[in-house]
Amino acid sequence: MKKLQNVLYLTRDSLYAHKEREAIVIKEEQNTLQKIPIHSIAAIYCFGQAKVSPGLMAHCSENDVNLAWFDLFGRFQARIQGRQSGNVLLRRAQYRISDNNPVDIAKNIIAAKIQNGRNVLQRHIRNNGDNEEVSRVIGALRFSIEQAGNAKSVEQLRGIEGEAAAQYFSVFQHLIKPSLQDEFVFNGRNRRPPRDAINALLSLLYAVIGQDVSGALNAVGLDPQVGFLHADRPGRDSLAQDILEEFRAYLADRMAVSLINKQQIKARDFETEASGAVKLKEEARKALYAAWQQRKQEVILHPFLNEKVEIGLLPHIQAMLLARHLRGDLQQYPPFYIAK
Amino acid sequence: MLVLITYDVSFDTEGGKRRLRNIAKICQDYGIRVQYSVFECDVTPAQWVELKEQLFAAYDPEVDSLRFYKLGKNGQNKIEHFGAKASFDVFKSPLII
Repeated sequence: MKKLQNVLYLTRDSLYAHKEREAIVIKEEQNTLQKIPIHSIAAIYCFGQAKVSPGLMAHCSENDVNLAWFDLFGRFQARIQGRQSGNVLLRRAQYRISDNNPVDIAKNIIAAKIQNGRNVLQRHIRNNGDNEEVSRVIGALRFSIEQAGNAKSVEQLRGIEGEAAAQYFSVFQHLIKPSLQDEFVFNGRNRRPPRDAINALLSLLYAVIGQDVSGALNAVGLDPQVGFLHADRPGRDSLAQDILEEFRAYLADRMAVSLINKQQIKARDFETEASGAVKLKEEARKALYAAWQQRKQEVILHPFLNEKVEIGLLPHIQAMLLARHLRGDLQQYPPFYIAK
Repeated sequence: MLVLITYDVSFDTEGGKRRLRNIAKICQDYGIRVQYSVFECDVTPAQWVELKEQLFAAYDPEVDSLRFYKLGKNGQNKIEHFGAKASFDVFKSPLII
């Protein structure tokens, strides 16, 4: 089993990272803040304008370290793409299925996505007692899962998915503690840029997890840009977006809700720009990455492999399972979902 | 597995300083400096072989010494730290700078 490696987050513009032999050295002005051996790192994520030396860029690509930049909203900006690695036959199989028969994989992914969303709502009811509106949506999502299972085309699936997402987010506000609902108001998902605190939080989490997924796909030799559900678009990691669907509810949404409910992130941790864009302040962003790093180390039983794994390895496992399916070793792609 | 590496490098002979620097750099490729001349390295068995080989090439067995404490897979649990400059676990602690 792959070893769960750490992720280095550079959050200040004044930081400069360079390579010294096999180690990553992080400096601020003339002070060395940290030296980290590269083999312990799976990815370096820079938020804002942190600088990275070209030598380190090359070193990252050689060592399969995913190096990416985000803006302060967590929006992905750029990443270093090293020499194309992996198996060309696997990529060809991926392209063939993406062109000719994407529906089977796409519908598994969407059914799992809706199931995982439904799960988050059911969990809320288990912990907090019945709620009429939430229960109604749980019922509706059950129907959506069935519909997704019977979908005949990707367009149809996108429709079912959009409908299910709208239903799910229509009751998302209920997950927030009643005492905090005045401070955290959520009226459906919005992005580019996010216009309220919850949306800002979700966007940032999706971006970070999406990068982990891209890195994992690259690592098994798949092309993150060629998806089954999301259409090809220059610069978009469509396949990573596909696989991310399975993780949104289970990893990001639940984490956003718990950060708010446990008041690890408070309303005053957000700032609104003149344009109406809402973003998380620096200190709170750090709290978020720390919470995410901790969550990644929790061990769960993978529902398909029936093996104990760290949550941080889930993207790698799904990437590996997808590769196995594309190679023909697995008849169906088993998406990640929790059944109960 | 986690290995604790400590070393003593003699300055009596020529090139002591150079050997010291060299050994520290090799250790830094694989681990974190926790105190002067003390490194914690979390390595795979393959990396461990490489690391040892490099160290053996760098030190002078006549006058220097190397000590390896193999703490195993859950080595982090065996460590307690008191006082200044608490080190961290490169594989687990959040690396947010």
